[in-house]
Amino acid sequence: MNRVISLAALATALACTSAQAQQLNVKIGVLTDMSSLYADLSGPGSVAAAKLAIADFTKANPNVKVELVSGDHQNKPDIGSQIANQWFDVDKVDMIIDTPNSGVALAVSQITTTKNKVFIVSGAAASDLTGPKCTANTIHWTYDTWMLANGTGKALAKTGGDTWFFLTADYAFGHALERDTMAAVEKNGGKVVGKVRHPLNTNDFSSFLLQAQSSKAKVVGLANAGGDTINSIKAGAEFGIVKGGQKFAGLLVFASDVNALGLQNAQGLTLTETWYWDMNDTNRAWTKRWQQERAGKFPTMVHAGVYSGLTHYLKSVAAVKSAADGKAVVEQMKKTPTDDVLFGKGTVRADGRKVHPAYLFEVKAPSESKYPGDFYKVRATIPAEEAFRPLNEGNCPLAKG
Amino acid sequence: MLEIFGIPSTALFGQLLIGLINGSFYALLSLGLAVIFGMLNIINFSHGAQYMMGAFAAYLLLQYTGLGYWPALIVAPILVGITGVIVERLFLQRLYKLDHLYGLLLTFGLALIFEGLARNKFGSAGLPYTLPDSLRGGQNLGFMFLPNYRAWVIVASLGICLGTWFVIEWTRLGAYLRAATENPTLVRAFGINVPRMITLTYGFGVALAAFAGVMAAPIYNVSPQMGSELIIVVFAVVVIGGMGSILGAIVTGFGLGVIEGLTKVFFPEASNTVIFVIMAIVLLVRPAGLFGRRA
Repeated sequence: MNRVISLAALATALACTSAQAQQLNVKIGVLTDMSSLYADLSGPGSVAAAKLAIADFTKANPNVKVELVSGDHQNKPDIGSQIANQWFDVDKVDMIIDTPNSGVALAVSQITTTKNKVFIVSGAAASDLTGPKCTANTIHWTYDTWMLANGTGKALAKTGGDTWFFLTADYAFGHALERDTMAAVEKNGGKVVGKVRHPLNTNDFSSFLLQAQSSKAKVVGLANAGGDTINSIKAGAEFGIVKGGQKFAGLLVFASDVNALGLQNAQGLTLTETWYWDMNDTNRAWTKRWQQERAGKFPTMVHAGVYSGLTHYLKSVAAVKSAADGKAVVEQMKKTPTDDVLFGKGTVRADGRKVHPAYLFEVKAPSESKYPGDFYKVRATIPAEEAFRPLNEGNCPLAKG
Repeated sequence: MLEIFGIPSTALFGQLLIGLINGSFYALLSLGLAVIFGMLNIINFSHGAQYMMGAFAAYLLLQYTGLGYWPALIVAPILVGITGVIVERLFLQRLYKLDHLYGLLLTFGLALIFEGLARNKFGSAGLPYTLPDSLRGGQNLGFMFLPNYRAWVIVASLGICLGTWFVIEWTRLGAYLRAATENPTLVRAFGINVPRMITLTYGFGVALAAFAGVMAAPIYNVSPQMGSELIIVVFAVVVIGGMGSILGAIVTGFGLGVIEGLTKVFFPEASNTVIFVIMAIVLLVRPAGLFGRRA
């Protein structure tokens, strides 16, 4: 099958050079959270990033016509599924991108497979998307729970943070993050001295922080997200957790969260991300263009992932000359190395995992920050081959081969 | 060291104190709700949104006028209270004769609108607001580290609660108010402007919510959804205390804060639900609430 497809691709590619480039129509759907807790780290910013990717690609390839739609899944898997079904069946959408919230992403991934379309995940975290639940139509682009756990957990365990106390959000995502981080910490000689599972959307963390304080652990790992993380760190600054010699490890913190915390509260926090707007000149130039639509905000790695993933998708569609067969496009995406201005060179693995380096950041103190958005300093670069879960450990049927 | 249920007693004291601090917020918010329900017979579902507006007002005052925490503590509740007065004049006063449900639906709708507007303008992740310099740091009490700000929260909340209770139960103004709820026509006959008094009472209840919002801004995430997460718990507190009972709202507010704090030590997973379990039990045993008068 593979050979037939690649032969076909080759044949069409040859035909293309001789004949005039034919017109190609592609329709993209950005399925995201427009109005709730993930709207800042993805949401309208992801739509803006998709527009930039389309503008850049169609400028170089005028024969490709790209249409863009967007939808709000409201963090409900049933609503997300309904939109996905309608997009594929009625609106003839070829590819869905972004989709924060692992629950929604897993549901959409199944639908995409039955309809043989393409799904590129930038916003969701669960590493199951390229593990037991992997499919031949889904690519997980920007980050995942394993990478977050491994990046932060390993780095801190190796640099003296050998005892850990976990504050864990009491649902599937928090448990997964806690489990993956514990494994990384213990593998690197660390020890977990205690943990507490708090309900989702807890307002006050002071009593959990007192428990963390009395545990004397060197690192307080935050296996939670969004408002819960912000509330933990804010209360931690007040109760003198960091001043008392303990360190916070943010296991899922985005630039938008750091902005909400303010550097006064967030300083010293260690975290892992795969992209940061202020890392080099190309990122800064891209951020300027992005800010034309999102004035005063700073793009997150999820936004950058939407740009990068969409760019690679469009290249692959142009190469196979049709967006109709989702599996064929994904096949092509896995075959060709990725290359774009934001993530540089990379690859897409057999299990659908996009592989690129990750970075360990530390949040700056207010005195070190020179302009708005000047959040991080780079503490370490984690090379691509170490950043993500090894192919054979994910239990993905596609990887066994 | 003395241990209680396997927890060192010193740690337990710390948790009790923290429970009391959280109870301060419950008390402040449920007090506002109780005042509004007791005097206007309106179930004010936009109370959470008004709490959020208080925190946002503090942020905006700092950002655009440079007013810090202390002035904001006065100015923000006044501003938000004025919006409350407008809401009462425009909408609520038309509903007093109707069933409670109409007021509840209206204020719930308003809450969704306020939250939606805030989200549209400021995004969902939240806004930074730091502690005032004068309340930084803390005291080492031996059994725990008590941040100065939290101590201030208890003191301020207790002061406001007791002050409000005193005004309503023991002053002439309070007597007018209570009389106006019992029999507005008769009170009017004495030459008292009842509608204006009711409007100002609603404004005051809303200002209390905004005050709690400013108090929360330095320690909790200032985001559009901060109120909706809290309001359900606060409603449970009001129901347990007895709808409309001022003293009930204050006592149960602090009491449930302590119970919730203890749950966070012994069984953290249940800390969000324990208040509702208590509410169910209270409703079974005393449907009017612990301090409520039977209607």
